Amino acid sequence: MTDLADPHEIAAPGDPVGAPNETHGTSHVTSTGISNEKLAMWVFLGSECLLFGGLISTFLLYKERTASGPKLHDLFDIGFTSISSFVLLISSLTMVLAVSAIQRGDHRSLRSWLAVTALLGSVFISGQVYEFKEFLNEGMGFTTSPASSAFFTLTGFHGAHVTIGIIMLISTLVLSLRGRITQEKAEAVEIVGLYWHFVDVVWIIVFTVVYLIK
Amino acid sequence: MTDTSAPLAPPVGQGHGADAHHSPTDGHYYRIAIGLAVITGIEVAWSYLPTWDGATGLKAFIEVAGLLVMMAIKFVVVAAQFMHLKFDDKLLSRVFYAGLVLAIFVYIAALTTFQIFSSAPNGYR
Repeated sequence: MTDLADPHEIAAPGDPVGAPNETHGTSHVTSTGISNEKLAMWVFLGSECLLFGGLISTFLLYKERTASGPKLHDLFDIGFTSISSFVLLISSLTMVLAVSAIQRGDHRSLRSWLAVTALLGSVFISGQVYEFKEFLNEGMGFTTSPASSAFFTLTGFHGAHVTIGIIMLISTLVLSLRGRITQEKAEAVEIVGLYWHFVDVVWIIVFTVVYLIK
Repeated sequence: MTDTSAPLAPPVGQGHGADAHHSPTDGHYYRIAIGLAVITGIEVAWSYLPTWDGATGLKAFIEVAGLLVMMAIKFVVVAAQFMHLKFDDKLLSRVFYAGLVLAIFVYIAALTTFQIFSSAPNGYR
């Protein structure tokens, strides 16, 4: 969080609202009291709800249209996907612990938790790649049926988001190792965390709607 | 004379009580995660209950409703606790939930157009 006691955080008379802060470079005084970066991330996540809403709706519309291909629920391995879901859920915990660590100024814990989060995300992606490979072996490819197209598009888009999240986590870790993430810049880690948690909440919906509801 | 040295806006993170929140302890996050893991376990077990084999009508409705309720609880808990919506400025909650509610209504309307809620045969499904 921003150091509220820092007098440099307060806009000097005549300074334009939102002018870069001299000490931290990223925190701005805004009329809402929320930094532009954080607000932008939340607006972005709000718009992402519409993207994933569209993909989930398409899946619901086409999930019965398997043509001559296999039915989706005959291929799903719920036990395996449950473990993947659990891994992603735990990664949300490790992410929030990373944010908590930098807010305390504990850089060592920040780096550890960021690395663990990226690792758990990688495990989830590996599981998804394995699952896709199994489906291909069972004769369900992207163009096999409208249902398979909708399934691969939805879960593939989610996987792409997780992959981008892993890149963001590793980038943050590298910045931290170079001493570029200070306690005053904890909000940067929090913003990366917001994206990561969003990826998790999307999977909460996908897991239930796609895998559990028959 | 007006005191021109006063800031035009509250410092970042201090507006409307935002971020001036108490930061939850790590133990709090661990408890939340355990709760979420337990709900996930119940969800999976619920979907495997033999009661739902070949369920139709009210039984099928209860099966799906149960799963959706547990999903919604997990969603809200992660958003409120891990994403700090509970502790942050209410503006952020409004922005996020506005997008979410808009998405839900838009796609319910779209799916209704494609008659997905109708059990009668149609050319869309």
